[in-house]
Amino acid sequence: MDPALKIVIVDENPVRAAILVDGLREAGYTHVTRIEETTNLLARIYNLDPDVILIDLENPSRDVLAQMFQVSRVVKRPIAMFVDQSDSASIEAAVDAGVSAYIVDGLKKERIKGILDLCISRFNAFTRLTNELERAQTALSERKVIDRAKGILMKTKAISEADAYALLRKTAMNENKKIAEIAQAIVTAAGLLK
Amino acid sequence: MSGDSLRIGFIPLLDAAALIVAVDKGFAAEQGLAIDLVREVSWSNVRDKLNIGLFDAAHLLAPITIASSLGVGHVRVPLLAPFVLALNGNAITVSPALHQALAGAADGDLSEPSVSARALARVVAERRKHGEEPLIFGMTFPFSTHNYQLRFWMAAGGVDPDADVRLVVLPPPYMVDSLSSHQVDGFCVGAPWNSVAVELGIGHILHFGCDITARISEKVLAVRTAWATKCEDVLKRLIVALHRATDFINDENNSKEVAALLAAPKRIGVTAEILQRTLNGRLNVTADGVTRTNADYIIVGRGGAARPDSIHAAWLYAQMVRWNQAPLSADSLAIATSSFRSDIFDSALRVSTGAKAVELAGRADPIGTFAGPPFTGDDIAGYVAAMKLAR
Repeated sequence: MDPALKIVIVDENPVRAAILVDGLREAGYTHVTRIEETTNLLARIYNLDPDVILIDLENPSRDVLAQMFQVSRVVKRPIAMFVDQSDSASIEAAVDAGVSAYIVDGLKKERIKGILDLCISRFNAFTRLTNELERAQTALSERKVIDRAKGILMKTKAISEADAYALLRKTAMNENKKIAEIAQAIVTAAGLLK
Repeated sequence: MSGDSLRIGFIPLLDAAALIVAVDKGFAAEQGLAIDLVREVSWSNVRDKLNIGLFDAAHLLAPITIASSLGVGHVRVPLLAPFVLALNGNAITVSPALHQALAGAADGDLSEPSVSARALARVVAERRKHGEEPLIFGMTFPFSTHNYQLRFWMAAGGVDPDADVRLVVLPPPYMVDSLSSHQVDGFCVGAPWNSVAVELGIGHILHFGCDITARISEKVLAVRTAWATKCEDVLKRLIVALHRATDFINDENNSKEVAALLAAPKRIGVTAEILQRTLNGRLNVTADGVTRTNADYIIVGRGGAARPDSIHAAWLYAQMVRWNQAPLSADSLAIATSSFRSDIFDSALRVSTGAKAVELAGRADPIGTFAGPPFTGDDIAGYVAAMKLAR
């Protein structure tokens, strides 16, 4: 761990960036800056003069960073992508998690291994969180459709809530579909017949 | 879908047409290939995912294929190009203000690149005299024809692209915004972004890429050399499918259908009308509707253009040497030229379709640059020296 390292995070997703910044600060890195705006990205990066740059792979500005490897008068310190031919597993893990790291050329790879690992795990955690949230939202909207379909069945067939649900479930099983799909069909049909 | 599954990365640009049509029109399925086309946002992503095997093949900038094989600018992963997805397709667009300045400084017809390059040199000198900031030009990647065409054009007029102006990498979708917000004064980019700038009234198309280089490999199908050996049969069927797709694209009767396939939101996601016009090489060059047509604006496989030509690889390598991206050596030149594999192309099409190999008519200069000596592909040092900027 090297708290003096200057780290820049380029991520347009504010939540994920916040999770990553927090993680790095908790781990003891004090110089962590997030760049939100990608216009004039190179100038912003040069002003901060970082040792390590972390960028999400959904960001088209990743190609802008490719210019940093070029020999050019605007570059203060040469930057290289964090690649180590002997350690392809960590590159694959990073790409898989959706993040890429660039370091000042000459910086020992071991010094940033911890940063990259932390970054990968936070990115993966964020993806898991997003997926869970999506699942929860889907479940909630399915719940609502099923409730409406039950209401329609109870009214039109004059049956109890339990019977309405049992009917939905049986139909779903017979047709090899999800209960929510049958419920949606009922809601749609009821709307048409109104 | 059944058959051999492939994941292929692409960037939503017109020159991905052969791949998109091969998949969406069923030519790949005919060859027993189930292809998952994955849309990407940056060339760095495409290259990295190809390098580490997340992609089996990719729509790639021709110069990246060479750079990756040489290990220049990034980790060395030998790639090869057995099929050229498109020749040409770029244009240089400038802001109305720069266009006006160039017109004022021109000593002849501004549509001549030698005239516009000299005009640029005068504008640059004038700005320096008045202590103004250097002009800024956008391009898409350090290893790209866009970068090399811009540099070639400027240098022909005596402008040093590394000292007299500033060249910046910009993702194509941001080019137009950057021009309208005056962050850049011009750019070189592929279709459809030049047309978009013109239609918004914020840019003039100054030159088509083919005004600078008449014929140059723009995007290739790239695969890892190791993969090509292991999956030779799959690769050959992919080449056949792509070849069928280019034939389909070049049949005028299909132009509406092709444009509609390409315009799909998951593919290029730009209106079919612009795509169709651009494929025909007919572009609005100014906001008030002046059009220019050149059948060579973009060439998707027409007239044997899909067959990899090692002299293109040599010219692209010469640009890397010229602009200090790569050192000059006979070994590097050999690696560059042997990454363009006409032999695989020939063997795939002869074996599977019985089509005879397409040969290009002999030319004095196969690249057809508007300035400088003809390029023969053998004396890179001499060629680069002959282009040295007079200062």
